[in-house]
Amino acid sequence: MTLTETAPEELERQFEATIARHDRIEPRDWMPEGYRKTLVRQIAQHAHSEIIGMQPEGNWITRAPSLRRKAILLAKVQDEAGHGLYLYSAAETLGVSRLELTELLLAGRQKYSSIFNYPTLSYADVGTIGWLVDGAAICNQVPLCRTSYGPYGRAMIRICKEESFHQRQGYELLTTMMRGTEEQRAMVQESVDRFWWPALMMFGPPDDASPNTAQSMAWGIKRHTNDELRQKFVDMSVPQAEALGVTLPDPELRWNEERGHHDFGQPDWDEFMEGVKGNGPCNAERIAHRRRAHEEGAWVREAATAYAARQAGGAR
Amino acid sequence: MNSRTERPAEDEHDSAYSGLLVNDAHWAFGAAPVPEGHGEDPLAGLDTTVPAGVDAPTLATYALMLGDDALVMSHRIAEWTSNAPDLEDDIALSNIALDLLGQARLLLARAARADASVVPVLPEGSPAPPEDALAYFREAHELRNVRLAEVVNGDFAEATVRILLFSVWRLATWERLRSSADHVLAAVAAKGVKELAYHRDYAARWFVTLAQGTPESRRRLLAALDALWPLWPELFDTHPVEAAAAESGVGVDPAAVRDAAEAVLDQVLDAADVPRPSAPRRAGVLGRTGRDGMHGEALGRMLAEMQSVARAHPRGVW
Repeated sequence: MTLTETAPEELERQFEATIARHDRIEPRDWMPEGYRKTLVRQIAQHAHSEIIGMQPEGNWITRAPSLRRKAILLAKVQDEAGHGLYLYSAAETLGVSRLELTELLLAGRQKYSSIFNYPTLSYADVGTIGWLVDGAAICNQVPLCRTSYGPYGRAMIRICKEESFHQRQGYELLTTMMRGTEEQRAMVQESVDRFWWPALMMFGPPDDASPNTAQSMAWGIKRHTNDELRQKFVDMSVPQAEALGVTLPDPELRWNEERGHHDFGQPDWDEFMEGVKGNGPCNAERIAHRRRAHEEGAWVREAATAYAARQAGGAR
Repeated sequence: MNSRTERPAEDEHDSAYSGLLVNDAHWAFGAAPVPEGHGEDPLAGLDTTVPAGVDAPTLATYALMLGDDALVMSHRIAEWTSNAPDLEDDIALSNIALDLLGQARLLLARAARADASVVPVLPEGSPAPPEDALAYFREAHELRNVRLAEVVNGDFAEATVRILLFSVWRLATWERLRSSADHVLAAVAAKGVKELAYHRDYAARWFVTLAQGTPESRRRLLAALDALWPLWPELFDTHPVEAAAAESGVGVDPAAVRDAAEAVLDQVLDAADVPRPSAPRRAGVLGRTGRDGMHGEALGRMLAEMQSVARAHPRGVW
C-alpha cells in the first residue's frame, strides 16, 4: 500500500466516480462524512428492526399450535437475530460498535421500523407478518442488495434470501389456515385487516414528505422512492390476497388500466407519525423488553470479558 | 407492471435477484410455494416395526419419557428467545431449543407408532398428527419428563447449569441408545448425540466462564448449581419402564450411565474450580417423581400456555 497524499477534491472525485459507475464503496475507501453518517443511521435502524422484530413473533413461540409450526417460528426468529448480527457487523465497518448502537436504540436516539410497534394478537399474525411485513421488507430490501456500500449490500443479499423464505412460510401458514375451520379463516381475515395498512406504512412517508430520499438516491444508498416501492408492493399483494381468499381492507383499491397499476388509499399517516414519535401501541413495551434483556445480560457480558482477559493474561 | 424492466444495469450482485425473482409475476421473491407439510411423517424412511420380543407399550412409554424431556426442556430454552445476554447466545439457545424440539417430535411420533393407545383421543375431524396430540392434548400428570426439565427459568447462570446437567446426562444415555434394538430410537440417538455434544460443550464453556469470570458471575453460578443440584439424582433413578426397556434391549437403564455422567461433570467442575454441591436430593410425592407423572406446579402453567391455541382449535389445521 502506498501512502501518497491525495487532495480532498481528488478523493471526492474518486468517490463520485465510483458511485457513478455503480461500483461498491468499501470500508477503507474515502467517503464523505454525510455518506458515512447516513449509512450508519440506516444500517443501525435496519439492525435494530431485526432485533426488535424478534419480539412480536417471539410472542407466539410458546403458544405455537403444532410442533412443526413451533420449529418454523423458532427458526425464523433465530434468523432475525442472525440478520441483526450481520447488520451490526456491517455498521461496525463504519467505526461504530454494536454496544454503542444498542445504547442509542435504548436511549431513543435511533429508530427501528414502526411496524414492530403493532401487537401480535393471534397465531394468524405469525403468517400475516411473514406474508405482508416480510413481503414489504423484501420490496424495500432487494434494491439494497445493490446499494453502494459493499458490506451493507452483501449483508442484504443474504438477508433477502432468508426473508423470501420467511415470506413464503408465512403465506403457507395462512393458506393452511384458510383450508381449516371457519374460526381459522376469520382469524386470518382479522389479522390481514390489522396489518395491511401498517405494512403500507413500512415504505415510509409519501415522497413529497420524505426528507432524506433525494440525497440517499444520489449516493446510491437508496434506489427507489417510497411511493414507487409501495406501488410495487400493492401490485404484488393483490393477486396473492385473491389466491388466499382474503379481502384487503381498502375500499379505494382497484386496478387502473391506464396506469397499469392498482390505485389504492393512503394509510393513516398521523398514526404512523405517532409511532415514529414513540407513541405507537407497543413502543414502550418493545424498548422495555430490549432494555431488560440488555441490562439483565450485563453481568454475563462482563464475566465473558473478564474471563477472556484472564485467559489472555495467563497465556502471556 | 413487470418489475424486471425497471431494473438498472446488471451487476455482479444480480445473484440476489436471480434467486428471488423467478418467472412468477406475483412473487417478487421465490418461485414455487412452500411444499405442503401436512401428512408429512417425521418417521418417513425409518423402519418402525416393534422389534421382536419387545413389549410395545413399554417401548411407547419409554419413547414418551425421552420425548417429554426434550419437549419440556426445549420449551423452557425457547423462552429465552429475544432475552439472552447477547445475540450470539440468543442464536445458540434457539439452536438448542430447536434440536430438542426435533428430538421431541421424533420420539413422540415413535411412541404413537409403537402403541397408538398412548395417544389422546381428539374430537372427531381433528387433523392433528399423533405427535401433536401427545404434545398438546395431555395433562401435566401424563407427561413423563424428569423434573429438571420443567423448572421455571432463572437467570443465564441457571440456564447454563440446567443445560449442562441435562446434556451431560442425556448424552451419556444417548451414546448407549445408539445401539438400541429399536431402529427408530437408534437412529434418533445417532443424530442426537452430535446435537447433545454441542449443547454440552456450549454449557460447559459458559459454566467455566461464569465460574472464573467476575465475583458476581461466580456467585450466580454457584447459586444456580445449588438450586438445581437436588434434581440431579432423579436423572439416574430407574423407573420400571426404563428397566423393562433396558432389559429388552431398546432402552438404557439410567443407573448404568451414572458413573460416565458424573465423570464428565467432575471434569467441568474441576476446570471451573467449583466444588461438588452437597445439597440433598429433592423428594417426590409419595415416592413418585417426574417419570411417574408427578411434577412441580410450574409444569401445569407451562402447558396451559403451550397448549392454549391448539386446544382452542382442536379441529384446526396448522
